[in-house]
Amino acid sequence: MTLASSFRTHFILLGILTLAALFLNISMGSVGIPLDAIVDVLLGGDTTKESWQFIVMQYRLPKAITAILCGSGLAVAGLLMQTLFRNPLAGPFVLGLSSGASLGVALLILGAGIAGGFLGTALVNPWSLVGASALGSFLVLLAIVVVTLRVKDTMAILIIGLMFGSVTSAVVAVLSYFSNAELLQKYIFWSFGSLGNVSWQGIGILAACCLTGMLWAIGRSKSLNALLLGENYAKSMGVHLKKNLLILVVITSLLAGSITAFAGPIAFVGLAVPHLTRQFFKTSNHLVLLPAVMLCGSILMLLCDTVAQWPYSEWTLPINAITSLLGAPVVIWLLVRKKRLLF
Amino acid sequence: MKTQTKLRTLTIEDLSIGYAHRKQQKVIAEQLTFSCHQGELIAIVGANGIGKSTLLRTLSGMQDALDGNISILETPMKQLNALEIASHISVVLTEPPASKNLYVSELITLGRQPYTNWMGRLSEKDHQAVELAMTQTETIDLAQQKCYELSDGQLQRVFLARALAQDTPIIILDEPTTHLDIYHQAYVFKLLKRLASEMGKTIVFATHDINLAIQLCDKMLVLTPETHHFDTPCRLIEQHCFDSLFPEDTIQFDTKTGRFNMKN
Repeated sequence: MTLASSFRTHFILLGILTLAALFLNISMGSVGIPLDAIVDVLLGGDTTKESWQFIVMQYRLPKAITAILCGSGLAVAGLLMQTLFRNPLAGPFVLGLSSGASLGVALLILGAGIAGGFLGTALVNPWSLVGASALGSFLVLLAIVVVTLRVKDTMAILIIGLMFGSVTSAVVAVLSYFSNAELLQKYIFWSFGSLGNVSWQGIGILAACCLTGMLWAIGRSKSLNALLLGENYAKSMGVHLKKNLLILVVITSLLAGSITAFAGPIAFVGLAVPHLTRQFFKTSNHLVLLPAVMLCGSILMLLCDTVAQWPYSEWTLPINAITSLLGAPVVIWLLVRKKRLLF
Repeated sequence: MKTQTKLRTLTIEDLSIGYAHRKQQKVIAEQLTFSCHQGELIAIVGANGIGKSTLLRTLSGMQDALDGNISILETPMKQLNALEIASHISVVLTEPPASKNLYVSELITLGRQPYTNWMGRLSEKDHQAVELAMTQTETIDLAQQKCYELSDGQLQRVFLARALAQDTPIIILDEPTTHLDIYHQAYVFKLLKRLASEMGKTIVFATHDINLAIQLCDKMLVLTPETHHFDTPCRLIEQHCFDSLFPEDTIQFDTKTGRFNMKN
């Protein structure tokens, strides 16, 4: 019995579910568009109303693709972190990458306000936000790599990530004290996360980062499996620990950093999806788990976005709030039902 | 002169072990010299903190030696890369698996890692090695259980199976009988003895169970604060090597029975 055949039905089922979630996500939105019209637009037909075509091709489809990239990327980052830190509560954000991104954005938005009127408003635009959050996570990544090369203990990296989080919230608190309400609102809206603001060009960059990270992660699945026994055993089986640690940190940073840069902080997907996936896949083999969390992450993110988009209404709920509302109870439910959270 | 014809698997010369921190060295034991051969069961005994675990970690390549040489199958360890060491030495440590969610079959199969491709694809030979390891340790019935469901004794057998699946001429174990009941202690010792004599493996382990070790082992390394002795248990007893192992006012070694006794 090979691995591929023993989980084939699982993957076929998940694949169908992903397609269904994708179609559901595209067909739902503030404007009601008939299903046959959507199919028509997606297949390249031009008989339908032009406004519908615009909505589907320029808004809903990019948003759905962003959801898939974010969901799968964050889930992979979460799985990597849980294995690397031997901690079931680890997620992509424990490294402090989203804190770094938040700090970058906070400094940009709130700092621009303090700098003053015209210059301040001119500085804040979608691309500068992406730039600021990317720079923020990149600087944190650099700090982490430096720490990784110097310390032996992986737990130290975890603690540094937490400290970055504290520093960020402190700086944000100080900045908000001096900022006006409008800019504060702008920052808070960014921190809600948003899948709908990414252009096709943005998606190109995001996809390049996410696919690189995910494929690289699959290439590391053998050493990830060895790490399940602990670092000492992994080393005794020929794993180069330091090199491996560095590669995994870079992969996670690439995934979480690029996603946070384009879609803002999105909580709980990275933490909850690996645990949910383990309920269906009775294996710890990363060669199976990695593709599985990608599909599960995509499905979860597409569903969350469908809910956030609140069909046939003009509301768009913050995606970060939806993932937290869904993710936190899932983790609690797993804990209560299983009486333990294992990775 | 039977031992001379046997293959020498592990040679230790003038070895200093300990920890190097910046420019300071903390030497735990030094000038260790001994050699192990194919088919030998070797126990390392000594008081707590004397350096048994440090020695085992150094021998298995997890930490660097401060000075001296270790040769594996006559090749200096420094010339071997991590993967080559992994195909010569497998270990059983005192730590539990990091992920308790692992299935027993998955854990044992991980032992094949040094031989598989980047995907970890198992060949027919790999499957056979895993099956043999499970048969020898009687862990086939546990295959579909998860690690957190196992008792200490079962878990120890599973880890032994993983080391066997790694199919190395040398196996190093750190206190393999700690936390085990007396049945499992004897079970593990007898299994180790059988693996050494029947499969020709060199098995080196640290233990506090000196009485059982004296009965079963081919050779013993006795570490004391001043020096070390390496010989067969009988000759070690004749040379009164065990007498200086612990402070004599509490327990005393009885040369006639080969056991430690409480001193009244």
